[in-house]
Amino acid sequence: MNSDPKLEAAALQPSDIARRVALEIPDGAVVNLGIGIPTQVANYVETGRGIMFMAENGILGIGPRPAPSEEDRDLINASREPVTAIPGASVFGHADSFAMIRGGHVDIAVLGALQVSARGDLANWTVPGAGKGGIGGAMDIAAGSWEVFAIMTHLMKDGGLKLLDECTYPLTGTKVVSKLFTDIAFIEFTEEGPLLREVAMGLDARDIQRVSSPRLRVADTLGTLKRETKT
Amino acid sequence: MPSVKNKIYPGSAAAVADIPDGATILLGGFGGVGVPENLLAAMADHPARELTIVSNHAGYGERGLAVLFRQRKVSKLICSYAFHPTAFVFREMYMAGKIELEQIPQGTMAERIRAAGAGIPAFYTPTGVGTQAAEKKEVRRFVDRDAILEFALPGDVAIVKAHRSDQMGNLTYRGTAANFNPVMATAARLTLAEAESIVEPGELPPENVHTPSIYVDRVVLGEDLELRSEA
Repeated sequence: MNSDPKLEAAALQPSDIARRVALEIPDGAVVNLGIGIPTQVANYVETGRGIMFMAENGILGIGPRPAPSEEDRDLINASREPVTAIPGASVFGHADSFAMIRGGHVDIAVLGALQVSARGDLANWTVPGAGKGGIGGAMDIAAGSWEVFAIMTHLMKDGGLKLLDECTYPLTGTKVVSKLFTDIAFIEFTEEGPLLREVAMGLDARDIQRVSSPRLRVADTLGTLKRETKT
Repeated sequence: MPSVKNKIYPGSAAAVADIPDGATILLGGFGGVGVPENLLAAMADHPARELTIVSNHAGYGERGLAVLFRQRKVSKLICSYAFHPTAFVFREMYMAGKIELEQIPQGTMAERIRAAGAGIPAFYTPTGVGTQAAEKKEVRRFVDRDAILEFALPGDVAIVKAHRSDQMGNLTYRGTAANFNPVMATAARLTLAEAESIVEPGELPPENVHTPSIYVDRVVLGEDLELRSEA
């Protein structure tokens, strides 16, 4: 975030965002992690919490990344990275995998976002223009998961807004985001609209509002997002 | 020993030999895993043209499916993720107007293929409501939720990759190498399976068979098990 020194100074590192998202996942949940920062969330979920990670290419029970010598070339995640299977894992084909996803059996999907709208619309698969991006599993995951946690930087590199009244990029799903985690704020989407729950240390609600198009309601007790990663 | 239908073909070239011009081919594989590499390589030496390929993604690098694009054998691609940077051959052909694209959500693709194999002509899915994936499609409300009408997607030929096959064409898959293979095996008039090993009938316990033999017409032992078009 280059456009505003105050916001830039307060902004969380990706690992801080991932750590905060991990706290928001309830014990025992089945979670699908998207590409990018969402993948890091697994690093901050303690194994004793009973959380299971699944990937849409057909694995429930993803373990830590294997050492290079331990890689199994038949075992990957949806980002085509080698993975391990935990004891109790299962594998299955695409028809079963997306039946799980659409059928509401996946509790939480953590997805990267390009834009999020006031009512929780998600745009994350392409930018306007021919020959860019791909849908992949994003629309199914957004539509089918019980909750979608979205992660993005609050602003574009040029300072443009990404939390908007209406998304301008092609949509992935409508009214699907339940919680949004940015580098400066944690916002929950409620029936009454977006609710600002936490802000990065050193900022207040007005700082977040001036870089967000929708009017934000502010939680009675506004929390602080911790920055633990040294820059 | 009861007489059984022996579906073993002498090699990949023989197995693909009668695929006609204009065929719709369901091609298994995801992220370079579970790709029927030898059958795909045989297609590069095959004269069939005007093919429609159904595949999760639009090829990778210059090998495998990309060879068929370069040879101008593919007139249409149906996939879920079109413009990954590694699919540069497809992108080049598409931008030059030499190939048609139908990009659909991954779970919708899997379910359209599943429907074709299961005798279901069409179905409604919530995936993609309010997005580009819903354009020009019937939307119907069920209880409190909109869903899009999608049609079965059958193939003339399915080309799949198994870990093991018996001589009758019972298949098993390994790790996340199942992906689209089991569902595609059900959805074409002619299903060709490439296996890493072929065993006698009875060696695969019935309860461990992933794709029952009824779906499989021809089996080949992969000539080069190290062949990888996506690495």
